[in-house]
Amino acid sequence: MRFQPIDQYSAGLKADTRASVYQSTKSTHEKRTKLLFDQFADPDRLRELAGEIKQHAIENLDTYLPQVEARLKANGAQVHWAGTAESACATVLKIMRDRGATKMVKAKTMVSEEIELAHFLEQHGLEALETDLGEFIVQIDDDHPSHIVRPIIHKNRREIATSFEREGLGAYNDDPGTITRRARHFLRHKYLEADVGLTGANFVSAESGRIVLVTNEGNSRFCLAATKCHIVLVGIEKIVPRDCDLSILLNLLGRSGTAQDLTVYTEFISGPKAPTQPDGPEEMHVIFVDNGRTEVLASDCREILRCIRCGACLNVCPVYRQASGHAYRSVYPGPVGAVLSPLLMKDKFPQKADLPKASSLCGACNEVCPVNIPIPDLLLRLRNRAKEENVPSPGTPPMGAWALMASQPTAWKAALAGGKLLDYVPTKLIPVPALQAWADKRALPTWRGGEFRKWLRQRAK
Amino acid sequence: MTDDREAILSRVRGALAPLRERAPLPQYDADMAVLRKMIAGRDLAELLAERMKRVSAHAYTSAAAVAEFLKAGGWTRGYCDPALWPQLAPHFGAGFTVETDFDRKRVDDYAFGITRAAGAVAESGTIVLNDAATSRRLAALAPWVHIAVVERATIFSDLTQAVAALGPDRNVVWVTGPSKTADVEGILIEGVHGPGVQIALIV
Ligand code: SF4
Repeated sequence: MRFQPIDQYSAGLKADTRASVYQSTKSTHEKRTKLLFDQFADPDRLRELAGEIKQHAIENLDTYLPQVEARLKANGAQVHWAGTAESACATVLKIMRDRGATKMVKAKTMVSEEIELAHFLEQHGLEALETDLGEFIVQIDDDHPSHIVRPIIHKNRREIATSFEREGLGAYNDDPGTITRRARHFLRHKYLEADVGLTGANFVSAESGRIVLVTNEGNSRFCLAATKCHIVLVGIEKIVPRDCDLSILLNLLGRSGTAQDLTVYTEFISGPKAPTQPDGPEEMHVIFVDNGRTEVLASDCREILRCIRCGACLNVCPVYRQASGHAYRSVYPGPVGAVLSPLLMKDKFPQKADLPKASSLCGACNEVCPVNIPIPDLLLRLRNRAKEENVPSPGTPPMGAWALMASQPTAWKAALAGGKLLDYVPTKLIPVPALQAWADKRALPTWRGGEFRKWLRQRAK
Repeated sequence: MTDDREAILSRVRGALAPLRERAPLPQYDADMAVLRKMIAGRDLAELLAERMKRVSAHAYTSAAAVAEFLKAGGWTRGYCDPALWPQLAPHFGAGFTVETDFDRKRVDDYAFGITRAAGAVAESGTIVLNDAATSRRLAALAPWVHIAVVERATIFSDLTQAVAALGPDRNVVWVTGPSKTADVEGILIEGVHGPGVQIALIV
């Protein structure tokens, strides 16, 4: 029997990977919840408020984008626009070529993964080195991240130690402290040699043009202390209206993502370095990337553009915990990815149309989301779209016979009476493969078909 | 690219045109996320020290104590902001090699870096750095130990206040504890790219 692609991927997951993904997402989620509810009387009110702020921002991008552009220019930054992934990559390449730059150090940015920037630059003979520890390991292994905040949640220390040994970063040693120390030593010289530092942006304030960046490792800070040119790659939806809105969002981001009051390094960058400061970029470029976002804005799922990429919905999701990130076959896994990834596919939507279906609609993602995105509703809208576009759905039981039965009163009554048989016949013998697969891990309750009609008849008397 | 600009903005306008109403900007009490109960009635320097400890950073109120801590850790070679060193030098005494110029070719020679902070945030145990106050960005980042000299009067009570006071500096950085990662099996390791030890000297 054929399954949806996401099920096939998740079925191939190693048991110990599944166990470790489960453990670490569960513990982060528990710490997050404890922290928020210990510190705030009503954390849900904060989430709603943050959602309202972001919803306002995306519904007024036509005002805020030109405004932020003007602010950034006034602050001495250069502003670029990229409609597509290709255009974004070409813009970065041109900036580097114009400066005669050959080496880039990169902080973690989801947009750069989305447009596959590192590969593109390498193909053009330029070096683009990831500096976030997890992303660095992903890069040397030619792997893909499997979590928005914890890119190598699917790897264990033995695999990492083997990769380090292979790359000439010292003899095999799987102590996490040693691994980190070796990366520290290797990467700091790379920063100092690099011509360009590339980062993303967690927020961009339309009021001041401040780019807000958060990291725990300090890698983006090192990019901005060592290099002379800073390129910011940012999705057009990252705008917030005012500086004061940042405090609500920053208070939620660290707590939701990693259960910290605040992420270690929070940087507010509004232009090139001060003339009196010896270190840091003299030149700053901000590239606003669309790459499908305006289509999302035009769709009935625009709420997903509020997302601040905290990863909380991944951590709480029972499907993500079982399937891990690669099963989503996209840069964005988990509940946020199940909505965003198919949308960003544009006309190739059918290739990812299985993702919105991989959900029990339990609603946990909505409950933890710091910007209160109604993810289950959006999943339903996307399921609907798949149906309307006649996207094939392998593994879904055929419902034609059911529809026929349910729309004929006599057939329905007969089925209700016959249903009692299910209490005696083992489910394994039911000749519907989809039902067998379903019943393999579940037990049916005692048959109560027809009770409602009986009750209704009695009431009517 | 220029045509991309017009294309994106016109797609944005097109996407928003069918909306009958746009979501309004919510009006809210700016202090909503402030941990008021924790802050109320507290001495900000004390609270800062307490909150820094919670994120495994250290706070001292005397230069001599910092010098002692450094000596005990074997961190005797470092950098100091030239404007600060005259006041600090007497407390450090013999046994320290301190440069007031930071040579980026020898980043690993500096075990510690001492720079001025622009302020601090008591609520979160955060040190605020900016381009105006920091003599060298690298000196506050590359050495294993960073000591930020924080003036008592510049301590904000909470994040909301600190955001309101970001000011005209083009590069403001909030540092909350030492650099850290949990990328390898979720195990917390300090000192990834930035300092493994973060200290505030409150004066
Ligand atoms: S959808 Fe919400 S919970 Fe999920 S990553 Fe985005 S902001 Fe976080």
